[in-house]
Amino acid sequence: MSAVAETLQTPVCMTVKNLDFYYGKFKAIKNVNMEIAKNKVTAFIGPSGCGKSTLLRVFNRMFELYPEQRAEGEILLEGKNILTSKEDVSLVRAKIGMVFQKPTPFPMSIYDNIAFGIKLYEKLPKSELDDRVEWALTKTALWGEVKDILNQSGMSLSGGQQQRLCIARGVAIKPEVLLLDEPTSALDPISTAKIEELVIELKRDYTVAIVTHNMQQAARVSDFTAYMYLGELIEFGETNQIFLKPKKQETEDYITGRFG
Amino acid sequence: MSTTALSQPPQADFRQRFFGRRKMTNIVVLTLSLVAMVFGMIWLLWILYSVLLLGVGGLSLATFTQMTPPPMAEGGLLNAIYGSVAMTFVGTLLGTPLGIMAGVYLSEYGTTGWLAKVTRFINDILLAAPSIIIGLFVYALIVANTKTFSGWAGSIALALLVVPVVVRTTEDMLQLVPGSLREAAYALGTPKWKVISAVVLRAARAGVLTGIMLAVARITGETAPLLFTALNNQFFNVGLSQPMANLPVTIYNYAMSPYSNWQSLAWAGVLIITFGVLVTNMTARFLLRQKY
Repeated sequence: MSAVAETLQTPVCMTVKNLDFYYGKFKAIKNVNMEIAKNKVTAFIGPSGCGKSTLLRVFNRMFELYPEQRAEGEILLEGKNILTSKEDVSLVRAKIGMVFQKPTPFPMSIYDNIAFGIKLYEKLPKSELDDRVEWALTKTALWGEVKDILNQSGMSLSGGQQQRLCIARGVAIKPEVLLLDEPTSALDPISTAKIEELVIELKRDYTVAIVTHNMQQAARVSDFTAYMYLGELIEFGETNQIFLKPKKQETEDYITGRFG
Repeated sequence: MSTTALSQPPQADFRQRFFGRRKMTNIVVLTLSLVAMVFGMIWLLWILYSVLLLGVGGLSLATFTQMTPPPMAEGGLLNAIYGSVAMTFVGTLLGTPLGIMAGVYLSEYGTTGWLAKVTRFINDILLAAPSIIIGLFVYALIVANTKTFSGWAGSIALALLVVPVVVRTTEDMLQLVPGSLREAAYALGTPKWKVISAVVLRAARAGVLTGIMLAVARITGETAPLLFTALNNQFFNVGLSQPMANLPVTIYNYAMSPYSNWQSLAWAGVLIITFGVLVTNMTARFLLRQKY
């Protein structure tokens, strides 16, 4: 069966076409078709193992680190299929940043954590680099907390701050899309609230795709929601519609907690 | 799950006995491990005590300013100290980059390929090889061909001892770096060499340094590989192209001699090696301490 591929009533950033994904012989994503709206937040929900994180890892070709994993189909960004080897994988990842479940600050100073990514793509004089670091940290609401300790280790921050540092690191290289893979599942409620505010703030400049196990979080932060189950995209649409009047019984069962 | 009231745990008596037995086991195991620790420490402290007691007697300003003397004459260990420091330094300098790069290959590139498996196996053999074999190998390879014992031959023999230790610890330490850190670096579009050099190696640098320090400590005291390569020298020479004095061989010769001044110099040499290794180790740790 093929998933519902609604055409969005808003500018599109990425288009996923007939996407299949394999871990060795196991087919983890089955014929997914969908569009990711520009400057909106798209949430992916579904029970563990449904393929939502896997899908996110296809979006920036993270799966290519592991030789036994492969994807078939197309993902179009600005009209170009980013899954072909013609597209340089580093440049794809520069356009499509990713933040992981557990905070992963690099073993260097807070400043260098941000500057690291910038230096990969741009040669900036020191003053401009300073400005860019400040800009990224301001954007992620971290500047006030760290501006006096920029030379301290990124690992000395609290879990929530570390996660915002990782988001800032992704933002600093000015990507078009930010992929967030359960960014708050290791954080306390206050840090979670800050990250959620940040996500809503970030969509002004970026397209955001977020995987979450927290249904309330999906409802709070996202404009569009995709419900996945066993590697298939079961239902995809505006978040209000998915949560208030889902078209499929399976979606309703999951959202209301009768299943999953 | 039973729904028994909390105030009356079931089989309270059994739990009491069960817990009592656990406590007993704990005490027994703790005592045994303490005894084992004390047994190990006694020898170590005894050795250190003897080294201090006998070594300090042989130490004087002359030890650090004069050359190794003939029997029953005034003298010091200057040429041997310099030779040991120079050959250890060059050996470490030659062996460390090779070891780190091979360790990176095993952990990050080869991983489970046949080349990595073979390398790992051979490295383990090299790690366990008696150092006298390394000495004879370098003798056959260099000394026999250049027709002279030399500091270079000694340094190369020491480097061959450094390599397997550094390869092994580097690989092990890189393996401990979580995959999530690598993924995070790749997610920024970082090329692989940069992920390894700027993130993975940096995260593991305390461990890698420990490996290098272990290697330095090992080669500083090695006698056998120098016996056939650097030999010894009564005189001071700056370059490494001639037979070179060094502490281990000097200690070996002097300690076996019947002359009391040689014997006390041998003990002084032992003291210098022991504390030399200790001080290098602490300095390196201090300089490269985990700031991030």
